[in-house]
Amino acid sequence: MSMTVTHDILIVGGGGAGLRAAIAAAEHSAGLSIALVSKVYPMRSHTVSAEGGAAGVMREEDSLDQHARDTIFGSDFLADQDAVEALVQEAPRELIQLEHWGCPWSRDPDGRISVRAFGGMSVDRTLYASDKTGFHMLHSLFQTSLKYDNIVRYDECFVTSLLIDDGKVQGVAFVNLFSGRVQAIHAKVVIMCTGGCGRVFPFTTNAAIKTGDGMALAYRAGAPMKDMEFVQYHPTGLPGTGILITEASRGEGGWLCNKDGYRYLQDYGLGPPTETPVHRKMELGPRDILSRCFVQEDQKGRTFEGPHGSYVHLDLRHLGEKLIDQKLPFVRELTRNYVGIDPVVEPIPVRPVVHYMMGGIHTDIDAKTPLDGLYAAGEVACVSINGANRLGSNSLTECLVFGARAGRAAAEYALDQPAPATNPVEALASDEQRRLDAQFFRKEGGTENVADIREAMQQTMEEGAGIYRDEARMQQTCNDLRELRERFANIRIEDRNDIFNTERIGALELDYMLEVAEVIANSALLRRESRGSHTRTDHPERDDANFLKHSLAYRTETGPRIEYAPVSITRWQPEERKY
Amino acid sequence: MSERTVSLKVTRYRPGQDSTPTAQSYEVAYPDDWVVLDALNFIKDHVDGTLSFRWSCRMGVCGSCGMMVNGEPRLTCSAFLREFDSQEIRIEPLAHFPVIRDLVIDMSGFLDKLKSVSPWIIRDTEKDPSEGEYLQSPKQLDAYHPFTACINCLLCYSACPIFGLETDFIGPAALALAHRYNEDSRDQGSAARWNAINDHNGAWQCTFVGECSVVCPKSVDPAAAIQRLKVDTAKQWVRSVLLPWGQK
Repeated sequence: MSMTVTHDILIVGGGGAGLRAAIAAAEHSAGLSIALVSKVYPMRSHTVSAEGGAAGVMREEDSLDQHARDTIFGSDFLADQDAVEALVQEAPRELIQLEHWGCPWSRDPDGRISVRAFGGMSVDRTLYASDKTGFHMLHSLFQTSLKYDNIVRYDECFVTSLLIDDGKVQGVAFVNLFSGRVQAIHAKVVIMCTGGCGRVFPFTTNAAIKTGDGMALAYRAGAPMKDMEFVQYHPTGLPGTGILITEASRGEGGWLCNKDGYRYLQDYGLGPPTETPVHRKMELGPRDILSRCFVQEDQKGRTFEGPHGSYVHLDLRHLGEKLIDQKLPFVRELTRNYVGIDPVVEPIPVRPVVHYMMGGIHTDIDAKTPLDGLYAAGEVACVSINGANRLGSNSLTECLVFGARAGRAAAEYALDQPAPATNPVEALASDEQRRLDAQFFRKEGGTENVADIREAMQQTMEEGAGIYRDEARMQQTCNDLRELRERFANIRIEDRNDIFNTERIGALELDYMLEVAEVIANSALLRRESRGSHTRTDHPERDDANFLKHSLAYRTETGPRIEYAPVSITRWQPEERKY
Repeated sequence: MSERTVSLKVTRYRPGQDSTPTAQSYEVAYPDDWVVLDALNFIKDHVDGTLSFRWSCRMGVCGSCGMMVNGEPRLTCSAFLREFDSQEIRIEPLAHFPVIRDLVIDMSGFLDKLKSVSPWIIRDTEKDPSEGEYLQSPKQLDAYHPFTACINCLLCYSACPIFGLETDFIGPAALALAHRYNEDSRDQGSAARWNAINDHNGAWQCTFVGECSVVCPKSVDPAAAIQRLKVDTAKQWVRSVLLPWGQK
């Protein structure tokens, strides 16, 4: 443990937000040393799977106010309006900056960056790089990050705890997968950018690595988790795998049809159906509403039955092969490869799938958390621009805007901190080694299989914290999760080899997921209203008098303690949300 | 859904425990829509937790899960078990790379190669974002766009016989990326990439076998990119001889 190294800024997570934060900090001051710690090589980060685009006001016919209003309205008025104003204002600069860094944005004939329609947006304002926007954004950021000598990467290092000394976050402890060794890095400030936790559910678009690591790390260190009850189901995932079929396919004019070939969204107040897409109507409605429509259509028996549950059709055939190849080539590649369907000639089977966490670590508008020395940005954080329901294409923009804000704010913070006389985290790191050995690495005995507990957790989350929720089922899920936590203490880990031991990592990830799942379920239980993605059959109305407020979950030994905080309202008074 | 059974013959190597790699067989019953990765995860979760491999997105875009499947480099998340007629499927780590453990290869050398081609936009003067985007016509975009699709899965390195003999060869993916930036209308950095491309471990090592392009799951065609780089560097060399004061 005497090998502890020191950096000024340490970023956990190398996806869109983490890389943007690293570059912002590196550009802020060449004298700052920045560590980028990730459990995967940065270009494997889940930003890579984002498809449709990134929103920002780029055209004369659009305005910052319209982007803000669409976002706030889409959030069911739970977004913090000062944060949304910062997002829309800084979005165009960030998106152009990414263009300057080489992102291959799709172009209009005149050479300008193209924009497309997206759900809940009132004008075309979603910039895109065909339908692999996240992939191109991630690789552009990663490749650009390579030119900064003051960014030092720690690839395939799994963070196991935040190190806190003197009331401040002062670094992290991690397992280096390559060696199996527990190491510590001291830093004056830490930025958490580890993304979401879709893997707490059984059916998700999220990659295997989305296990809520950063959320659990911050929560355990004492930071509150904000609005975790809000879980976004994306309306169009492939049954079985949960592979995402981008909303851009509806932005370009795709139709959702039930088993009779009928565009059923018109029966749920989203009509009238038109040949060509109309903003905010029908298939361009917001994700929470479209996912609920599917469930209702399913209950009426008007969906298809398949081996992986019921589904409806996403029909792109009328768009034609040329448009599909030009603007949706990845959709065609995915459906051909994974379900043997060519969308040029056949409709695509789809069903709602867990996609995104609106909630996360509570931060202010500069990405600062209530824990001294800890910042957070991207899906792991809740600033909140998404409120109770995120609009598609706002999250890539959020990674850029708030990643950059976090990088700059952390740089300022680090420059103000004196260098410590002695390394404050050395002793803490030895404690961490002992804890990990006892609970995981050298754990003797145990009978429970990690995968069994993980599957039980995912099942109870789907039952109690799915699209429609009620008191009894949520309470059952809360109880189940407590029981699973007890079973987890009795896990069995067979692999004693230190080198690239993924059995240990799987157990540590489950440990995080159980923590985060409990926050989601308990926050949901106490929000006795329906707002955005949080829909309760026992409290079907939005209740501004009692619940126009953020939930804040604090960790206690007996489970989360939920408090509430006001929503920032600047210029848009809450009104009924109708499309 | 009907189930069939297959025997997966998987390479095991645990440093400190095994002196050489060995093969371990696992019988797996699988439904029709399983890919090789599903079978490996089934083994990991329910049969043998000590088996190590990388994976993440399971939709062919993160580039983590490349392995040799019956001797061919494949993304295991898109290699369906039903494709294989044999009762036994061999799963090995990607060829030509040092093995860390089981199916996990050491790819740190590739990261160095990536950086060596300066894969970022290089300009004489940078424009501030407030001045707007660099205009780029769809035709200018098309000139380099196919070479942006690389997911760094390294299948091309496993297929490349030159890399198999000479691991310092900068290789298909890194060279394709150099070409991608050289061809981007926003970039002015081809001279800065010249040394890496023209180095004795650079483009001239390639003998145009073309296997890299055959195995690429994203149709990047690194072989074509490398031939273009050779033409470009040859032209640049001729110019540098005729115009020794370094005009482009």
